[in-house]
Amino acid sequence: MPANTYAIMAEFETPAATLHAAQKVHDAGYHNWDVFTPFPVHGMDRAMGISNSKVGWFSFIGGCTGYLTGMLMIWFMNALDYRIDIGGKPMFSPFSAFPPSYELTILFGSFGALLGMLFLNRLPRLHHPLLKNPRFALATHDRFFVVIETSDAKFSNEETRRLLESLGSRHIELVEE
Amino acid sequence: MAESPKSLPVEEQPALRVQGPPAELERIPLVSNTRSLGWISDRIAGVIEGKTPAWWKICFGISFTMMTVCFAMILYLMSTGVGVWGLNHPVMWGWAIVNFVWWIGIGHAGTLISAILFLLRQRWRTSINRAAEAMTIFAVMCAGIFPLIHIGRIWYGWWLFPVPNSDGIWPQFRSPLMWDVFAVSTYFTVSVLFWYMGLIPDLAVMRDRAKTKIRKFGYGLFSLGWTGSNRHWSNYEKAYLILAGLSTPLVLSVHSIVSLDFSVSQLPGWHTTIFPPYFVAGAVYSGFGMVLTLLVPLRRLLKLEDIITVRHVELMCKVTLATGSIVGYAYAMEFFIAWYSGNPYERFLFFHNRAADPFIFGPLMHTAPAPYWWAFWTMVTCNVIVPQFFWFKKIRTSMLIVFALSILVNIGMWFERFVIVVSSLQREFLPSNWSYYSPSWVDILQYLGTFGLFFTFFLLFLRYVPLIAIAEVKGVTPQADPHHPLGGAKPGGKH
Repeated sequence: MPANTYAIMAEFETPAATLHAAQKVHDAGYHNWDVFTPFPVHGMDRAMGISNSKVGWFSFIGGCTGYLTGMLMIWFMNALDYRIDIGGKPMFSPFSAFPPSYELTILFGSFGALLGMLFLNRLPRLHHPLLKNPRFALATHDRFFVVIETSDAKFSNEETRRLLESLGSRHIELVEE
Repeated sequence: MAESPKSLPVEEQPALRVQGPPAELERIPLVSNTRSLGWISDRIAGVIEGKTPAWWKICFGISFTMMTVCFAMILYLMSTGVGVWGLNHPVMWGWAIVNFVWWIGIGHAGTLISAILFLLRQRWRTSINRAAEAMTIFAVMCAGIFPLIHIGRIWYGWWLFPVPNSDGIWPQFRSPLMWDVFAVSTYFTVSVLFWYMGLIPDLAVMRDRAKTKIRKFGYGLFSLGWTGSNRHWSNYEKAYLILAGLSTPLVLSVHSIVSLDFSVSQLPGWHTTIFPPYFVAGAVYSGFGMVLTLLVPLRRLLKLEDIITVRHVELMCKVTLATGSIVGYAYAMEFFIAWYSGNPYERFLFFHNRAADPFIFGPLMHTAPAPYWWAFWTMVTCNVIVPQFFWFKKIRTSMLIVFALSILVNIGMWFERFVIVVSSLQREFLPSNWSYYSPSWVDILQYLGTFGLFFTFFLLFLRYVPLIAIAEVKGVTPQADPHHPLGGAKPGGKH
């Protein structure tokens, strides 16, 4: 095995075979590994042992920030910094301040969801060892890949390869760093 | 206590035979002809990678010319003043507001398809959501032009936003017009975010297929290094669900707030509590009209009949029928309330200034015809009668008729906005102030110009961005299901 090897990559042709393989790799106790699919495969999170995504928290905090920003901004602008009497209406009312605050809740919550997703996925990352591999381009087309990194404590060139072969992969190759 | 029967180990259990529904109830597959996963990529990406079709060049030429007309009219308006429009007392809100509300409404179908149908697990939405969302974004852009230019002194447009200006004055948030600024700008931003997030995996598809350096770089940059990792998909799907969950209350609020621009006022014809739901239903109705107008010819021109199937068109027709019927109900309710309220001004407006035509209802009510009776009856024909044709399967499956009816839907909804804005203002409380409103040539060219803007962007979208969500369509095929034989599952649905 060359020293600059990043991972071992096994190709599968159907989602069922990939799901089965993922379960077995998970059961074998690997940690630094992943499955690459052209679309999210139903049940894959459970097979890989991935827990619930934390994106929701980013969105929730974003939404709360948005609502408070709206309410405080309107109160500051219309009731504190520059008071204008409009037909005797109260300078600040949570009811008339609600629609803009509601919109800001959604705006900030959406940014929280998108940016939270990108942050958790460590994206954008324009250079990746896998993206240099010409075969891997099929991962966005119609093939499924199970990739086990050499940095994994359990990784061994022969044994890992044997495991992937036993799972029915027809094409296994090493990916360089 | 009897011992509970031991279940057999999984391998020995007889495979469950799932009884399928009878043939006539079998659902038509979402992708026809059992196309493979690779075929889906090739077909959709092929739209971008193939030679530019002649019809595209012709349409683009026309649209681009019309877009320049749009900007020329804005320039003329800015250099001369709002007097170039047909506005005059008492109709101070003319085509600009009509067009604004109409374009914003068009956008609503895109968000309904992408967000609400996603939450309702309507898997057929995947074939049409990308194009519908693009339509939303471009429609909101067209809509946004009108409130900006109708303020008269356009260079003060930024006063609408809470930005400190030299006089130290802040926007006045007790006005629904300010709410509108927030609703529309949030709507635009969130629509772009949602659209872009859906695009990331598909831009990665384009990157991995790219032959030229420029494409590799461009698609590579905007796909943010997406690899299709399942750990990424996990966060991605959650974020997508949350964005759908946030867009749903957003889209319902946007047209509600637009309707508050009218209904918070004290004017008969505007001052009604039915407006928010009625506007939202009308918006979805007109938006689906526009989606049909765009996609029915496109599926043919781009040979996408296997992905946007007749079933998809039928389902869209059914949504149009449902929302069109809600709109019809709302019209009836407006008339009922106008009569039942006993308010003479409301009654006058609805019966004498809208419905009174010169042939039947006017003579029946012993009243002169309303100045805009033709606009009112165009609206009723297109919005109440036209959608009822969609009850018939023969009509829903005939693409030519669907296309023609979808255009009538768009026309009808434009007239609805026209009737609401103009007929409510034009005969005001003091009869000596009554007058007739007609648009100027600048109004007309400005409106036509926004079509140029819309179609220029839409045509560019068709040529450079996958117009169908590739990854999502793959996900709804049986080949993508690990528990389906086509997805490689063993008998009994085991993987």
